[in-house]
Amino acid sequence: MAQTEKVIEMKGITKKFGEFKANDNIHLNVEKGEIHALLGENGAGKSTLMNILSGLLEPTSGEIYVNGKKEIIDSPEKANQLGIGMVHQHFMLVDKFTVAENIMLGKEKHHYGLMDEEGAEKDVKKLSDRYGLTVDPSARIEDITVGMQQRAEILKTLFRGADILIFDEPTGVLTPQEIDELMDIMKKLTDEGKSIILITHKLDEIKKVADRCTVIRRGKSIDTVDVKTTSQQELADMMVGRSVSFKVDKVASKPKGPVLEIKNLTVKESRGLDAVKGIDLEVKAGEVLGIAGVDGNGQSELIQAITGLTKVESGTIKLDGQDITGKKPREITETGLGHIPEDRHRHGLVLPMKLEENMSLQQYYQEPFSKNGFLKHDKIKEYAKKLIKEFDVRTQSEESTAASLSGGNQQKAIIAREISRNPALLIAAQPTRGLDVGAIEYIHKRLIEQRDNGKGVLLMSYELDEVMNVSDRIAVMYDGKIIAVVNADETSENELGLLMAGVPLEKAKQELANKDIKAGTAGAAGTAEEDGKERETVANDESK
Amino acid sequence: MLTTNQNRLNALLIPTLSILLGFIFGALLMLFFGYNPIEAYQAMLAGVFNSPYFMGEAMRQATVLTFTGLGFAIAFKAGFFNIGVAGQLLAGWVAAIWVALSFPDLPRIILLTLSIGAAIIAGAVWAGIAGALRAYFGTSEVIVTIMLNYTALHLTNYIIRSVLTTGNTTERVSENASLRVGWLTTLTQGSRINMGLFIAIAVVILYWVFMTQMTAGFEVRAVGLNPDASTYAGMSAERNIILSMLISGGLAGLGGAIHGLGTFGNIFTQSGLPSLGFNGIAVALLGLGNPIGIFFSSILFGVLDVGAGFMPNRAGVPDEMADIVIAAIIFFVGANYIIRVALDKMRSSKTAEKGGE
Repeated sequence: MAQTEKVIEMKGITKKFGEFKANDNIHLNVEKGEIHALLGENGAGKSTLMNILSGLLEPTSGEIYVNGKKEIIDSPEKANQLGIGMVHQHFMLVDKFTVAENIMLGKEKHHYGLMDEEGAEKDVKKLSDRYGLTVDPSARIEDITVGMQQRAEILKTLFRGADILIFDEPTGVLTPQEIDELMDIMKKLTDEGKSIILITHKLDEIKKVADRCTVIRRGKSIDTVDVKTTSQQELADMMVGRSVSFKVDKVASKPKGPVLEIKNLTVKESRGLDAVKGIDLEVKAGEVLGIAGVDGNGQSELIQAITGLTKVESGTIKLDGQDITGKKPREITETGLGHIPEDRHRHGLVLPMKLEENMSLQQYYQEPFSKNGFLKHDKIKEYAKKLIKEFDVRTQSEESTAASLSGGNQQKAIIAREISRNPALLIAAQPTRGLDVGAIEYIHKRLIEQRDNGKGVLLMSYELDEVMNVSDRIAVMYDGKIIAVVNADETSENELGLLMAGVPLEKAKQELANKDIKAGTAGAAGTAEEDGKERETVANDESK
Repeated sequence: MLTTNQNRLNALLIPTLSILLGFIFGALLMLFFGYNPIEAYQAMLAGVFNSPYFMGEAMRQATVLTFTGLGFAIAFKAGFFNIGVAGQLLAGWVAAIWVALSFPDLPRIILLTLSIGAAIIAGAVWAGIAGALRAYFGTSEVIVTIMLNYTALHLTNYIIRSVLTTGNTTERVSENASLRVGWLTTLTQGSRINMGLFIAIAVVILYWVFMTQMTAGFEVRAVGLNPDASTYAGMSAERNIILSMLISGGLAGLGGAIHGLGTFGNIFTQSGLPSLGFNGIAVALLGLGNPIGIFFSSILFGVLDVGAGFMPNRAGVPDEMADIVIAAIIFFVGANYIIRVALDKMRSSKTAEKGGE
């Protein structure tokens, strides 16, 4: 970095909500043209800090300098004027509008009240060419990929004159290839003189793209470090405040007979289109089968079909040797299924109910929790207390509402409920979404334990790391089909990435082999970018 | 994060504030139009509490309100807004009288059981229609129950005019079908208070047992609070929707039976829907769905209703004004939701955004 001009300086920022300090004397310096990562666990105070910077919240105390000048940012408009723009995690786009219309939204070009669509598209084209953000300005948002939508979101902030861009967890919804592309875009933006704040809890992304990193823990800024000279392990330890392990400790699996057998399964989604298109799949006792894939390729529908929550169009599902096709959720649960649902708030817990009631949500109608239709409150309480202790659920008491628990502890409560019924098959959908490193470590350990006890585990996750770390075998879903099943220790992130983009296994292997040869001849350095492009073209060919 | 204690405090604070605000607003109205609110309220309370007869009448009114209140509450707990309690009450009322008039000579215990049973079934069926439509077709229960209210009203009037009589009022039911008990009538100097009061107390207890002690009540609560998670846990949302609507309508129908066999002893054509149905909604909201709370709210409403009659004579507040004041109190009581939201807002400055990262 040639200059060390500070574009953002946040000094001693404190934000109190009542007695609670979400931000406690935080310091943050962002230099011009750098990518500055903001790393912290869930609830550490990252979003609060960024909401202060983008004018959504006002700090209780502390000062903010933008380009060396002290500013009071009391509204999002003010932040806009100062050139601060946010690329939201959940895109703020109107599905039915085109890319250009979305970008112009609120600042439409018009002639005497008539929209100037052409002019708008031209402006967007100019802007996207300048930063290498390839996107079709006349395409509707609902018709383009998530990666493209994100570009539209970035263009929107650029169009509004942002010089300092805040990216809030930008990679959660992207494929590995799209992530690579995003990283390139971010670098390009900083080359053009923009500055970027990257909010994330993914360490590998920080290592790949960031220049410096500020770590926040429990509302306090711990340190700002140079990313090049700091290891991932050091970053993680700083974030959590203790030593953490990334690798899931596990011995080789000892798979036995099948607990789940799916034959030629077809499932429709809510709009009546085929979401799962004739799948065969088997999960054995004593193994973790991971399902990888980009969101929306039929994973959710597959799980809903197994759990009896959606109708099976055709095909059969056998659980523990018994045919459960078309059975009701309760019958399937009783046959031996545990389910950690993807959305814990909507599907996993009844938030306003007591924790103890949630703990027996699957079993309240059975003895000893009830008899002749009457609940046995003492047994329910006793059971909840036991699980709280055994699974280390942090709560004031078993009578607290489920809503009062933190996300990680809510998830632990669900896992406690499902695992303690000792199901032959445990389905875990996105079990660590939004959780911090410590909780993730714990949950992975529990899943492996379940496997080691000779049970089957079906793990569905959009996080490639998670699938690779925890699973023994990985099934990749693409467009409603299982495109390949690979062994976790024989595959690579690149191979899975290609499979997730719809490239058949043979072709993917060939592709990667070619790359290795090329890398070998051309030398180790300077090939990454080329490979990225190569892969992209292959992926595009295949998806057509 | 609200602790249990804070919740309990809220459960008392909100209804008390609602009632207080209602009375204050009513007082302001009277002041504005030049009447003395203290005199008016005094007249209302003294009128009821200085006379065993009017206390009996207030309790009689409270009895029926308890049923409509509990009926509304159980549907509400399951996540539905049963506006149709008025119509279900009418259905129960006409069914009870019909059975009572058809078999006047059956022994008392059998006749009462049959009449009340018919009323419960009539109310349950009327609400069940809305429940089934909601469960299987996703129809809005609010609209369906509103429409069923009018069908109930006109169907009842038709039955009275064309089936039970040729006029507008049926004969009185026989002694064997009456819910009146001599000692209560004597105690309250001839008021229309009746056995329904004891049935109401029993139902309050049964309601509590059902909701807190039974697995079926657990399901109703869980489905009401989060239908998705309940479905994931293997409960049947459809079954619980219909079950809670059946109980809801059954309770309203039971209220109709008490009204018919206890208060009047007959049924007559109605020009509009009975306000006991709609006030049941206010009673349930004031009682925050707690059966004991609902019982006490019903008594308050009974006192207000009967006491309002004293305001014109003793305090010179005209009938219309008295009605407006009572309506204002009911409004604030029904609007306690607003008070709760306001209280939450005040607290949220401290806690709500605590979760923000």
